Amino acid sequence: MRGTSLRYWAALAVLPVALAAGCGDAENGGGSADAGATIKVGILHSLSGTMSISEVTVANAEKMAVDEINAAGGLLGKKIEAVREDGASDWPTFAQKAQKLIRKDKVAAVFGGWTSASRKAMLPVFERNKALLWYPVQYEGLESSPYIFYTGATTNQQIVPGLDYLKEKGRKRIFLVGSDYVFPRTANKIIKAYAKANGMQILGEEYTPLGHTEYSTLVNKVVAAKPDAVFNTLNGDSNVSFFKQLRSAGVTADRMPVMSVSIAEEEVKGIGVANIAGHPVAWNYYQTTEGPANARFVRAFQTRHRGAVTSDPMQAGYNAVHLWAAAVRKAGTTDVEAVKKAAAGISLDLPEGKVTIDGPTQHLFKTARIGVIQPDGLIREVWSSGAPIKPDPYLKSYPWAAGLAS
Amino acid sequence: MSARLRGPALFAVVAVLLLVVAPLTLPAFRLDELAKYLCFAIAALGIGLAWGQGGMLTLGQGVFFGLGGYAMGMYLKLHDAGGDLPDFMVWSGVERLPALWEPFRNPVVALAAVVVVPVAVAVLLGALVFRQRVRGAYFALLTQALAAAFVILLVGQQGLTGGTNGLTNFYDFFGRDPEAESTQRTMYFVTAGALGVLYLLARQLVNSRFGRLLVAVRDGEDRVRFLGYNPATVKTITFAISAGMAGLAGALFVPVVGIISPSLLGVVPSLELVVAVAIGGRYALAGAILGAVVMNYAKTSFSEEWAGGWLYLQGALFIAVMTLAPKGLVGLYEQLRDTVARRRRAPGHPAPVKEEVPA
Amino acid sequence: MEGLLNQVPIGLSIGAVLLLIALGLTFTFGQMGVINMAHGEFIMAGAYTAYMLQDWAGAQAAVVALPVAFALAGAMGWVLERAAVRHFYGRPLDTLLLTWGVSLVLQQAARDLFGAPNVQVVAPSWLNGRIEVAGSTVPYNRLFILALAVVCVAGVWAYLNRSAQGRRMRAVMQNRELAACSGVATGRVDQLTFFVGSGLAGVAGVALTLIGPVGPALGTYYIVDAFLVVVAGGLGRLRGAVIAALALGMLNSFAEFWTNASLAKVLVFAAVIAFLQVRPQGMFTLRTRALT
Repeated sequence: MRGTSLRYWAALAVLPVALAAGCGDAENGGGSADAGATIKVGILHSLSGTMSISEVTVANAEKMAVDEINAAGGLLGKKIEAVREDGASDWPTFAQKAQKLIRKDKVAAVFGGWTSASRKAMLPVFERNKALLWYPVQYEGLESSPYIFYTGATTNQQIVPGLDYLKEKGRKRIFLVGSDYVFPRTANKIIKAYAKANGMQILGEEYTPLGHTEYSTLVNKVVAAKPDAVFNTLNGDSNVSFFKQLRSAGVTADRMPVMSVSIAEEEVKGIGVANIAGHPVAWNYYQTTEGPANARFVRAFQTRHRGAVTSDPMQAGYNAVHLWAAAVRKAGTTDVEAVKKAAAGISLDLPEGKVTIDGPTQHLFKTARIGVIQPDGLIREVWSSGAPIKPDPYLKSYPWAAGLAS
Repeated sequence: MSARLRGPALFAVVAVLLLVVAPLTLPAFRLDELAKYLCFAIAALGIGLAWGQGGMLTLGQGVFFGLGGYAMGMYLKLHDAGGDLPDFMVWSGVERLPALWEPFRNPVVALAAVVVVPVAVAVLLGALVFRQRVRGAYFALLTQALAAAFVILLVGQQGLTGGTNGLTNFYDFFGRDPEAESTQRTMYFVTAGALGVLYLLARQLVNSRFGRLLVAVRDGEDRVRFLGYNPATVKTITFAISAGMAGLAGALFVPVVGIISPSLLGVVPSLELVVAVAIGGRYALAGAILGAVVMNYAKTSFSEEWAGGWLYLQGALFIAVMTLAPKGLVGLYEQLRDTVARRRRAPGHPAPVKEEVPA
Repeated sequence: MEGLLNQVPIGLSIGAVLLLIALGLTFTFGQMGVINMAHGEFIMAGAYTAYMLQDWAGAQAAVVALPVAFALAGAMGWVLERAAVRHFYGRPLDTLLLTWGVSLVLQQAARDLFGAPNVQVVAPSWLNGRIEVAGSTVPYNRLFILALAVVCVAGVWAYLNRSAQGRRMRAVMQNRELAACSGVATGRVDQLTFFVGSGLAGVAGVALTLIGPVGPALGTYYIVDAFLVVVAGGLGRLRGAVIAALALGMLNSFAEFWTNASLAKVLVFAAVIAFLQVRPQGMFTLRTRALT
């Protein structure tokens, strides 16, 4: 008996050798991003797992932007080569893949992430390696990493305008519903501070676990509180259950509109148009947003992906690539510090309209738009901030928000 | 080579490969990945002990992995924050450090908690569950429910635990930058060393009187009871040891990968650990280690090549192993060896089994 | 107090959902000791059946799909039993892992066949109303699910107690060898049990399209809850499953009313663990003198 199990170490022994043989040589090759015949960039999204529902299309939009730049002659006389990696809906994987893209592939920039958790997991990797991450999704603010560019909305470009809209419509008694994680909790903290300063009343605040599907009790609580409106920060599949069960309880959009900040064109179909039509959403872009840049974008995307809709995060990912390319052109190099410096003040006409990079925060000036979901599944804009709003991730310019970001 | 020497010799070969060859040939970030696999291997070793030897299919090992990881992460977070609150508490609106965190200011307490807390939880659970003779499928489903509940609890208490984000962004790991290559290299050696020591200890345990009792409990709990032993005690002790190993694995994982989050601890990651053990071969401790390293390596390389394919491959591989080779890779290897031995043992020339040198 | 009373019908309807998703498991897990982790994916298959049938059944798909989903999910279960599970009888832990592998494959297959995003299943318009019961609103679709659960339980009960096939099934469950000696073809019974158990999962899947998402991850949302019901109810006991589902539904409904959804889930888990301390083999058990 003795010694039998030790024998299996032999099999284990084979492994490091295989590892070494498999990847040893290839990985020590390659120089900096500039040195090769192409400029490499990383696209790091969840291609598998629960988050792939949302992230695959963002990755596709980013790839399309890369192809557009290549078709127009490339960047600094070179083609851009996109290296796709799978974050697998798992935050530590995001951190490790980011490390791989930076250290092995020596990419000039990474476009990626969706959930706040994936961004938080990647943040130390980018900061320590002094590499660039372009993060394309609206988020909860209170962050401004020197190595991240945020091309989605921060709170004062989405949540605050959403509240302004509700206030304007006289909806002053609000019920807060959210998934139990960072974005909804932070968003609701901001909403409560806003409500206090603007004479609005928060009737309740409820959180459900991610992936929760049983909403009858919550709907009962909401209906019993009789609010003027619901502010919804639920995530993913929970929205389907929530809206189906809300509708079957007889709640209608005109009596109790549900303002959502995580539902875009993509999600509407899965929820069922009949269940959500008439409810408002807050974003910076809709497929129906007017302008030649968007017409081109929608046409190009639908040519590549038949029957697809375009949405805010996809567009923000697409923008990220173009903004980065503009900064590289201006800097004349892909060197991270030079690109960062060149990026400040860059202004482009993109599908959502005119967008400018704010140097100090590395966020974007964006126009806020409130839309209403139409019976055909698209979203029609009913209100907009008119001009792009200056990003304010720490809400410093809002007196009512004092103390929130301490 | 005699049979007595073969085991230690192989152990030495693997040790050399892990401690000398791999660090010399692998690029830094691959070595870091290997360190991650070795963390999982430590947790898998614990499962090999509890399930392979003791017959307790624990589907909630992520809980113990998490307890260890969070103990380590809490210390690092407090250390980074100096006298202030950790960053995530600030943006979660927590004003005073929760009492639960206070003891983790002290590195000694935190390091002790890495093992003590998971062991204590396992002893408590084991004492309750095994005494009531909850076993087999019931035990498996119960531990699975425990993992699900633990994750919901962690995610729900954002101010206390960092919510879904978990604990990340550490700047100082006992005086060194955890993201620096030199630290990662050191952590690799620490992890590989820990795995080696734990393996030897576990092996000692399995070969001891206690180990035989454990296997007896696995194969016929009631019979052991009739012989006057208390199977609940035997199982509780083993379960606690496996929990301690998972805790240690979790704690090592934190500096290696730089994060501990609920997505590592839930139903699916816990199941994946068990799957790795099954594929490696549950009845041999080395099988558990082999499985964890192979599965995680396959997962990484597959998702680099063909993301969606990993689920097909993992599923298919798993179905194949369970149906065709329930004893895993180690079982396949044994079969192969026996076949070879039988061929060699031609009539009249009985070749001694101990002669052949495997792999 | 009024809000509290509202929770009673809600608890009932949560219980009905739990019962529907767990009923099939009382067959496969309860009668045969097979922990079928792919049960959730059979539920998913049922939901996608309703989605597919929309093309020609239109808005009535959710009703038309019930028998089709039963047959389809049942057939999938039958294939699983024939191809793999039958080699594993007496090794429940191995089947658990095996079927988990199957569930991974089925999830990815759904992703490749129907795409990763959720799909839309339009509920029949006559299910859109609601009634007021004791000051509380109960949607018709919840009543439909409740009725469906009652029909399924009654059907299963009648099948087990009144039909020759069902009696054979019980015989095999209580003593496989004796049943075999008495001339019961145990292999055939196993196939049929798996077919019916998986088919019930398909029925549950169709019902769930009325209240929840229809996507590749559908099964994962329900599988843990389903097992909790069966564990609390006791192996293979129809009565146990019914009582456990209703009790957990009520507990969930009241706990969430007083606290919040996260804590309610944790409380339900804690309650089941505590309950198993008192009744380690669930509410109702088969007494046996067999030596393990």
